[in-house]
Amino acid sequence: MIALLLRDLRLAVRAGGGFGLGLAFFLIVVVLVPFGVGPESGLLSVIAPGVLWIGALLACLLSLDRIFALDWEDGSLDLLATAPVPLEGIVTVKALAHWLTTGLPLVLAAPALGILLSLPQGGYLWLVVSLALGTPALSVIGTFGAALTVGIKRGGLLLSLLVLPLYVPTLIFGAEVARRGAEGFEVMTPLLMLGGITFGALALLPFASAAVLRINLR
Amino acid sequence: MDLIVSDLTVTRGGVPVLEGVGFVLRPGQALVLRGPNGAGKTTLLRTIAGLQPALKGSVSGAEDRIAYAAHADGIKQVLTVAENLRLWADVFGQADIQPALEAFNLVELRDRAAGSLSAGQKRRLGLARLMVTGRPVWVLDEPTVSLDVASVALFADAVRLHLAGGGSALMATHIDLGLEAEVLDVTPHKAVLTNALEDFDEAFL
Repeated sequence: MIALLLRDLRLAVRAGGGFGLGLAFFLIVVVLVPFGVGPESGLLSVIAPGVLWIGALLACLLSLDRIFALDWEDGSLDLLATAPVPLEGIVTVKALAHWLTTGLPLVLAAPALGILLSLPQGGYLWLVVSLALGTPALSVIGTFGAALTVGIKRGGLLLSLLVLPLYVPTLIFGAEVARRGAEGFEVMTPLLMLGGITFGALALLPFASAAVLRINLR
Repeated sequence: MDLIVSDLTVTRGGVPVLEGVGFVLRPGQALVLRGPNGAGKTTLLRTIAGLQPALKGSVSGAEDRIAYAAHADGIKQVLTVAENLRLWADVFGQADIQPALEAFNLVELRDRAAGSLSAGQKRRLGLARLMVTGRPVWVLDEPTVSLDVASVALFADAVRLHLAGGGSALMATHIDLGLEAEVLDVTPHKAVLTNALEDFDEAFL
């Protein structure tokens, strides 16, 4: 399993691997927002938590179709399915690799981009906490979506349509944590909800992903 | 332990393609599947490898004992030959990739990116993967595609070595490898579509 994780990470950072794709997209979205809504820092600081969360979510979405599509195309998914590793473990490793190459860089880059949107001072901690807690759910849910659409040519559109509604609760509570943190309010309730969604997804979705993958491989 | 396939009916897209397939594959034995294109050889092999369920019948002695090699080799283009093999060795819990590299004449290519290999070299890498699985039953789908005569001989030697070590091999191939292999022609097992139209009408009643 560790070998598989290392392979996925190695593939991501080598040429054409797509590492940095999500990060670059996130950066572009956040940089473009002040041009779109105007340079007024009062307005920007109000919308900053939401914009950062939406940017992170769309950046995550961008790289989802690569999770299984590449392994499907070159036949390694068939070979992995016959390997002595449970498919549930494989999808968990895939989700973890996706989070390490996409979610984690977003979490680390978010404070720097918060400055561009003049995020209020108290908001940085909760922004990072909410993203750190919420992005694993995005990767796990996204892996489920990728497993559902594996083998479909140009499945990206279908994948987005399937996954985006599932992302909504994470977005609502994640952005709420960041917004409340920025305004100096109590964050515990949305934080617990966000944590609940993430851990629930982590616990249950690998089984669902493995089940749909088995059906798709037939 | 034998691989026992009995009265197996396999489906492709929900339609039965082969029915009543049965054989026993003993250690040290090789079995070659023959039949025209589209006869269902690949479907049969995928079913035996556990990638799809059988409609009827059973496969025993396959659980965690099969190394499956499909048309696609599962090679990552940006990894080197050694890295590709290393991954499968790690996944299957084996230590040494050197014998596999030597058996398929890949030692000189070990640090080349797999994407820069020719089709035949890729195929050799795909087959070398079988040796690092440590699995006793090789299930091979057209293993000799794009191999030249010398490479086919290398492959035949690897299979012979595997059989001598108590392994067995089930393969769909059209060329003669010069192995002591039994041949199973799947053509007589072609599934007959029975009363499909009557059932179709009944579905609306």
